[in-house]
Amino acid sequence: MNHITITQILFLSTALFFIGVYGLLTRRNMITMLMAIELILNSVNINFVAFNKYLYPENLDGLFFTIFIIAIAAAEAAVAIAIIINIYRNHRSIDVEDNEEMKY
Amino acid sequence: MNSYNYIALIPILPFAGFLLLGLFGKRLPEKISGLIGVLFIGIAAVLSLTTAYQYFITDGVINGTYPTLEPIKFTWLQFTSTLSIDMGIMLDPISVMMLVVVTFISLMVHLFSLGYMHGEKRFATYYSHLQLFTFSMLGLVLSGNLFQIYMFWELVGVSSFLLIGYYYDKPSAVAASKKAFIVTRFADLFFLIGILIMGVTADSFDFNTIITTLTSSAFQENYTATFLGFSVLTWALTLIFIGGAGKSAMFPLHIWLPDAMEGPTPVSALIHAATMVVAGVFLVARLFPVFSVTDSGALEIVAYVGIFSALFAAVIACTQTDIKRVLAYSTMSQIGYMMFALGVSDYEHGAGYTSSMFHLFTHAFFKSLLFLGAGSVIHAVHSNEMKDMGGLKKYLPITHITFLIACLAIAGIPPFAGFFSKEGILHAAYATHPAIYYVALITSGITAFYMFRLYYSIFWNKSETHLHDFHGEGPLTMKIPLLILGALSAVAGFIPFAQYISPTNTPQESHFEILFSIAPVLIGVTGIIIATIFYKTANGKAAAFAKSAGGLYRSAYHKFYIDEVYTFVTKKIIFNLIGRPAAWIDRNIVDGLMNAIGNTTITFSASMKDLQSGKVQEYALYFIAGVIGLSMLGIYLWM
Amino acid sequence: MSTTKIFRAAIFLLFTLIGVAGLYFWMQVEFVAAVQIIVYVGGIVVLIIFSIFLTQQSGTEMAKPTMQRRIFSLIAVLCGAGLTGLLICQHTFPNNAADTMDDSVQNIGTQMLDYQDAGFALPFEVISILLLAAMIGAIVIALKSNAEES
Repeated sequence: MNHITITQILFLSTALFFIGVYGLLTRRNMITMLMAIELILNSVNINFVAFNKYLYPENLDGLFFTIFIIAIAAAEAAVAIAIIINIYRNHRSIDVEDNEEMKY
Repeated sequence: MNSYNYIALIPILPFAGFLLLGLFGKRLPEKISGLIGVLFIGIAAVLSLTTAYQYFITDGVINGTYPTLEPIKFTWLQFTSTLSIDMGIMLDPISVMMLVVVTFISLMVHLFSLGYMHGEKRFATYYSHLQLFTFSMLGLVLSGNLFQIYMFWELVGVSSFLLIGYYYDKPSAVAASKKAFIVTRFADLFFLIGILIMGVTADSFDFNTIITTLTSSAFQENYTATFLGFSVLTWALTLIFIGGAGKSAMFPLHIWLPDAMEGPTPVSALIHAATMVVAGVFLVARLFPVFSVTDSGALEIVAYVGIFSALFAAVIACTQTDIKRVLAYSTMSQIGYMMFALGVSDYEHGAGYTSSMFHLFTHAFFKSLLFLGAGSVIHAVHSNEMKDMGGLKKYLPITHITFLIACLAIAGIPPFAGFFSKEGILHAAYATHPAIYYVALITSGITAFYMFRLYYSIFWNKSETHLHDFHGEGPLTMKIPLLILGALSAVAGFIPFAQYISPTNTPQESHFEILFSIAPVLIGVTGIIIATIFYKTANGKAAAFAKSAGGLYRSAYHKFYIDEVYTFVTKKIIFNLIGRPAAWIDRNIVDGLMNAIGNTTITFSASMKDLQSGKVQEYALYFIAGVIGLSMLGIYLWM
Repeated sequence: MSTTKIFRAAIFLLFTLIGVAGLYFWMQVEFVAAVQIIVYVGGIVVLIIFSIFLTQQSGTEMAKPTMQRRIFSLIAVLCGAGLTGLLICQHTFPNNAADTMDDSVQNIGTQMLDYQDAGFALPFEVISILLLAAMIGAIVIALKSNAEES
């Protein structure tokens, strides 16, 4: 464990973050966009825990943040699914490209 | 000195009449609006006569001169400490005289129109226009200030435009009113430049100040500004004279006067006989001290333009067949007389000046009488052309007698009014410019000839003319002005005018030499005899003479083609060389620039439109890209 | 992540989340790992799979995004990754002496409900309110759609 520095873990979480961003920008299905958002949140979680463990081991703040983020992510995913289902009922499609109501 | 403050009422009454009749006239019955018009002008006329009596008789001569009074004066615009435009009323002998003339003739015309314009749809509008015109003319003669006179000058132009174009559904009337307005407006451009130069030179616009400044010997000796070889002051005076020439229909700005006969005949009596067309003469008379003191040429130009116009118009009048046009050219000729009388006058005794003003006074009476008489004839015959008339003396007795009196007056036969004034003019010309005297003498012969040609063609010539639906000579309101004016044309000559009016405002002795007057009277009688031979009975002598005169007759008949020259200049030169390119520039460059700016904006916004596609992912992309970009910038630039 | 079949994507997400949990285990924060598995894997992924069924997308293929979109996103992402990587490399992290963390469940519990300075009682309460709001919101949305349907 000692020979894995914090930098490497941060690389991992950065990679995960940007994969999630790419998925958010590219996927056409709303549910897959939601999955990408979960990836982003997870990468942030890893960041928090890593910083807590490597830099400030006497506090537990990072852990708490992580737990709270998980809880909030769960709530947000639930609401998002509800909205997606509502849109599906109106438009019969969950393709993001078909939701162009805010167009000029 | 008694107060003259009631004079403010004199112009205000017609102005009130204009507003009243203009706003409410349509709802009033015809008789009431006519009555209001006549009443207002009547009161103004009485006040004018009172003013004249008070000024000339009661107050009379003070310290050897008639005073120049300014009862009302207030500053309107102040340019510098010494240069300002004041509004107010100025009284001196000629303005008091003009007050009487304008209001009196206006009253006659108002009375006459009650009968002449009876049954017109826009009766009240006609009267309101007449009141506006009277107001403008009164303002003009009471102005004490070059700018004020210019303002009323333009107002007079507008009123005459309205009146000439009264029958606005006739295209010829509309064209005539436009022509009058445009020609006089063009002349007024030069007038304005002259005013500005004069104001700068004399450092004031006030007539009094200008006269005292520019005639003082100190000024005359020190003034050296020249432009193109002539003194700047001469330029200013010439430009002002051009403005006056436009209004007074002097050659070559005379083209509007014959066409202006499209208006109703009483209008011609008021405007083109007695008041508006003498505005130019009045202007030169006002500035006469400056004209006579200035060294070169301005007064000479006045004299030569005047005499040329007089001869020119007289020749044309011999050939015209429309009676109103004959009278129009006669007016132009007589105003030419007034102008050159001013031109040959000197300052000290001012015989020419006095005779010019005297001729203005008497001419107003007999020319308006002639026009009103023509109106009465036209009212009976329903046509303007001489060929429809003839032998009317049986039908229109009063018109016949008064017309004859007026013709005798204008021909200069004693003891009628015109004799005295014309004799004075010729006497003044003989003293200083003999060449002008001989031309004027010949012109008065021609004047007598064409006036009596007109008289005979209307009232004699054919044995009988059948008049369809002849109602009688006209109502009383048409006959009374004719009679009054006839009486005045007969006796007005006996007023000792030189006692009242002279350039120095001091009373002068009037000259009267019997021997001298023989020549003009003889020439006048000769003209009458020739006209009698040609026109009293219908014979072919006139036509034969016309054919033998050939080219001269034809060009005179076509008014010496001056109108065609003007049309050529405006259409071919001004429109093509200036108008068309200007229109092209306006359409393509100015509008094109505006359209280009508009199109650029539209194109730009159309290209930016797609940024709002409504797709969330694109917004997210822009957002993230922006964050990354800004952070790159921030971190690496800030470091 | 780049499959066209949505169900497979869901399963890939599942494995990723389990992997993250494993990472937590390796970092010796067992409590968080356990929470991760319970909430994320057992809750959210199941929820996602249900919604896939509800919107009847499981069998069909998904549409692909345009090439233009993909390229621009790729460029943005690579730039971002590069930037962040550079930052991480250049930053020197202090080496802390104490290596161990006392993260027993008892400690976590005590600190969470501690309302003193280092305590997290307030966030705890706020999150419970948030969860309540989320539940109510989900029910309202579901209700509304039911009302419209009927």
